Amino acid sequence: MKARVHVMLKNGVLDPQGEAVRHALGSLGFDGVEGVRQGKVIELDLADGTSEATIGEMCEKLLANTVIESYRVEVL
Amino acid sequence: MRAAVVVFPGSNCDRDMAVALKAAGAEVSMVWHKDASLPDGVDLVAVPGGFSFGDYLRCGAIAAQSPICKAVVGHAERGGYVLGVCNGFQVLTETGLLPGALMRNANLKFICKTADLKVETSNSAFTEGYNAGDTVGYPVAHHDGNYTADDATLAALKGEDRIAFTYGDNPNGSVADIAGVLSENRRVLGMMPHPERAVDAGHGGTDGQALFRGLVGQFVQA
Repeated sequence: MKARVHVMLKNGVLDPQGEAVRHALGSLGFDGVEGVRQGKVIELDLADGTSEATIGEMCEKLLANTVIESYRVEVL
Repeated sequence: MRAAVVVFPGSNCDRDMAVALKAAGAEVSMVWHKDASLPDGVDLVAVPGGFSFGDYLRCGAIAAQSPICKAVVGHAERGGYVLGVCNGFQVLTETGLLPGALMRNANLKFICKTADLKVETSNSAFTEGYNAGDTVGYPVAHHDGNYTADDATLAALKGEDRIAFTYGDNPNGSVADIAGVLSENRRVLGMMPHPERAVDAGHGGTDGQALFRGLVGQFVQA
């Protein structure tokens, strides 16, 4: 089985990289880009039957730093 | 005093840290990230700067899960001293020994210069060689030194006098200009600037000497 983990900075945590991307889009002439948030996508190849709880534990312990990041698990 | 310096693949300030500790009078051993325990009788563990595990995933995230870090956490929980500098600070926040997190610098640039810091408290083994309010110059060299913590954590850090150093001219966007913070028991210090790069006249300054002397001095008095 496969799972995809989306890791994003929490709302309210300033994302300087996202801001830089937003400025760059503006200078390319794309008007109206009001916000950009940049995150990561991590794809996991897992033994069949791995529980969502286990994947959640992977996120809590390593894949996301829950002080500043939130995560969402998508089982594919 | 017995000190151990942790070495990860990608550490690059480990030997500077050892030199600074030895110059202050400590006996120093180097420990490898795969070691599951610290040498007997270690009083201080120093987690040095560098780019452990290539900064993959997040700075310090992989190192924080290494076998030696479990031993470092145990050492801290037993009341041992721990100093984390630069990548070492990132590792300590990732282990949970220190609160908050270090994000990409607000200007997105790698910053490499000497920073003027204000010593915020002299109430710790690390800073007792200074007076609160002193200005010291330590080099900074980092891309991810933008300290952040939630409001409750910040209030606790301020209320408990646990902010050790602040930047005079904040280079990286850190909240409340924070450059270094102490643990609740004041025996774990994490800081982005490099005191070990300011211990020899050849470095251009010796403001870091007092930090190492203060630490080593804890064990000379006994």
